[in-house]
Amino acid sequence: MPADFNWAIGGEAGDGIDSTGKIFAQALSRAGRHVFTSKDFASRIRGGYTAYKVRTSTEKVRSVVDRLDVLVALTPRTIEENLDELHEGSVIIYDGERTTMADVEIPEEMIGLDVPLKSLAEDAGGAIMRNVVALGAACEATSFDIEHLDSSLKKRFGDKGSALVENNKQAARLGQEYVQEHYPDADLDYDLETTDNDYVLLNGDEAIGMGAIAAGCKYYAGYPITPATDVMTYLKGRIENFGGHVVQAEDELAAINLALGAARAGARSMTATSGPGIDLMTETFGLVATSETPLVIADVMRSGPSTGMPTKQEQGDLNMMLYGGHGEIPRFVLAPTTVDECFWKTVEAFNLAEKYQTPVYLAADLAMAVTEQTFEPDAFDMDAVEIDRGKVVDEETIEDHQTESGGFKPHEITDDGVSPRAFPGTEGGAHMSTGLEHDEQGRRTEDTEMRVKQVDKRNRKVETAREREDFSPREFGDPDADNLIVTWGSNEGTLVEALEYLEADSVDVRILSVPYLFPRPDLTEEFEAADQVVVVECNATGQFADVVEHDTLQRVKRINKYDGVQFKADELADDIRETLAADESQEVEA
Amino acid sequence: MSSQVRFTDFKSDKQPTWCPGCGDFGTMNGMMKALAETGNDPDNTFVVAGIGCSGKIGTYMHSYAIHGVHGRALPVGAGVKMANPDLEVMVAGGDGDGYSIGAGHFVHAVRRNVDMSYVVMDNRIYGLTKGQASPTSREDFETSTTPEGPQQPPVNPLALALASGATFIAQSFSSDALRHQEIVQKAIEHDGFGFVNVFSPCVTFNDVDTYDYFRDSLVDLQETDYDPTDRDAAKEKVLDADKEYMGVLYQDEESVPYEDTHGLDSNMSQIDHEGAPEGAMDLVREFY
Repeated sequence: MPADFNWAIGGEAGDGIDSTGKIFAQALSRAGRHVFTSKDFASRIRGGYTAYKVRTSTEKVRSVVDRLDVLVALTPRTIEENLDELHEGSVIIYDGERTTMADVEIPEEMIGLDVPLKSLAEDAGGAIMRNVVALGAACEATSFDIEHLDSSLKKRFGDKGSALVENNKQAARLGQEYVQEHYPDADLDYDLETTDNDYVLLNGDEAIGMGAIAAGCKYYAGYPITPATDVMTYLKGRIENFGGHVVQAEDELAAINLALGAARAGARSMTATSGPGIDLMTETFGLVATSETPLVIADVMRSGPSTGMPTKQEQGDLNMMLYGGHGEIPRFVLAPTTVDECFWKTVEAFNLAEKYQTPVYLAADLAMAVTEQTFEPDAFDMDAVEIDRGKVVDEETIEDHQTESGGFKPHEITDDGVSPRAFPGTEGGAHMSTGLEHDEQGRRTEDTEMRVKQVDKRNRKVETAREREDFSPREFGDPDADNLIVTWGSNEGTLVEALEYLEADSVDVRILSVPYLFPRPDLTEEFEAADQVVVVECNATGQFADVVEHDTLQRVKRINKYDGVQFKADELADDIRETLAADESQEVEA
Repeated sequence: MSSQVRFTDFKSDKQPTWCPGCGDFGTMNGMMKALAETGNDPDNTFVVAGIGCSGKIGTYMHSYAIHGVHGRALPVGAGVKMANPDLEVMVAGGDGDGYSIGAGHFVHAVRRNVDMSYVVMDNRIYGLTKGQASPTSREDFETSTTPEGPQQPPVNPLALALASGATFIAQSFSSDALRHQEIVQKAIEHDGFGFVNVFSPCVTFNDVDTYDYFRDSLVDLQETDYDPTDRDAAKEKVLDADKEYMGVLYQDEESVPYEDTHGLDSNMSQIDHEGAPEGAMDLVREFY
């Protein structure tokens, strides 16, 4: 287990929690420390409890844990909410002069640093810098060189002028000095060492947006929805530099139809939304598939059903992505497992979409989308990006795909199921596309033979992909272990850390993390070789467990979490230990 | 090929299954002639069709085309045009498609002002589902689903367009072939969203809004001293409860289309790099 350090700032939404947390996370990252952040937020703009948590270590950190070492508490509720994560010796930084904090009692075994955040901020030039004073105090409490904070402040406020940056630096120093002066004897047993490593710090939504630009995506249409909005926010203002465009549509129906139009015009095109938006897009999803239009749709999942818990984690949309839509529709469903995989799976999604002329779902989730993590910049090596546009025909090759009378065949029956594609403007390529069943030229038909041929052709693309692509799972742990843990999506990092707890306890497990949900790897052999198989996922009914049971004709055990919070490594290790130890008969009774 | 394009080049080899006498024949002919007359050919034209009798138009025409889902043709057309401004984009739909299920998109398409034309074949009835009230049906029009009439006022598409900030509003009549063609041509030539409501009678289910009715009642604005650039005059005309008009009701000659305001001038289908675009590593450095 890495010698990690856990810090958080909490208060009311609107208190600047997010930006303060990010400034500290960036400072740590710039000091060569690994960072993993998480957010606890409510679906409101002001008020309500919200927190930004930072876990940091000199080694890679992949998940959240159940421990808090330093807490900046702007409200009494911040202390209450985190009481079970605070421990003996935890430091709580608060402003006793704040009316609501006047009566706050710091638990005896913890260290309270009462710092007049607001008045020190005013001394530095404005009460608004209150949180930065707290950051300075946190630096002192953790022996973290305040100069790292300076560069983070410069990044944050540099655009607004050097005076503002200087004021903020000053605010941080007043916080630092106050702790030095008033708590010289406090036993602050923390030491955040720095390294020379260069890291980048970003979240899953940003990585999806960056992957889209890298893949040559030129068109994005979307409608704001938590937690997918950051994809659009990222692309807006950046994709234009690469010849692209972002449209904020009037609703999700328009968003997917705008994206479909751009894709028909030949652009690499995408939309991103969350579950409720996927519901609205599902009708057009059928048209995308039937007209064989390449399109990438990211579903950044949150708690459902209906409006559910918009700011909480869940992986409840798997069945919808696998089966959503009337009729039978070939598709790809890819699930990135880490923030950097959000980048690579997005690149791959565009290639698969164009090579097979199908819609591709990118199954991300809130825990990954809003979680920032540090990476070596090489994790996003742009030189390794490849673009494959599939069977695009031009004026020279188009003749091979025309009828005797010169009609183009966009739905030509081929052995691999993939037809030629002509971008509008290509001479001799004019053709109709439709959601109606159609012939090779895209013209409506109810001919029984052609219907069967077209359905088979579309489904054949899936078989072709199985032959040509590598849909292997990612593997961790002991390859010879008797116990197999299977998961998908953002749980991978937590599982990999849970593995360290299990190993320390001599529990050997093998982990398979599955990033391809359709088409997906055949796990029959792995399941048969294992004594016990446990499927870990963030939903109540075990949607992926059902799917693999169906695939392998073998029962699995399940660990499901659906309280709105992502797995924590130490908790998950306990769950796995218990599940593996549970007697089969007891489990049936339970 | 554009120098010798004839309107018949826009015809597909599929025979329309519209009822004999349907207004949609004339509507479509006028659209094809207007496209040819404005110098387009099937390979640079993209037609987006909705659902219903009108939606069949994409099948009977020859061009790049897509037959969308019900009510969503306008965003598809906008996406096509934004991704490749070199294409001539024409969206066709019916009164149900455009003013009922797609009413939200209509308002926003008008606001967005993408340089494309939108032809609504308005027969004031649902034809393909065999005769139910449409959003433009008269208040007392008796149908299978509204035996006493809808008992609510019809949607006024022209007023809706004007209120939403339309830069081009026109109305035509499918059987007045020459005027219909001219009006659609003006919509194509307009720099922005060219909206044309076409009275396209349903001879099977609508015995009120007939060819005779429109022939006798429509006032052709071309035969008056009407000034289509005068927005106040347009307000009066589109809200006139006593008369219905043919011709261009409003045109903002200063209209700047979406592509211009948003700097869209490239064909996005082209990707000139085999890997990530040049400068992509800057995107990573930003996260230091």
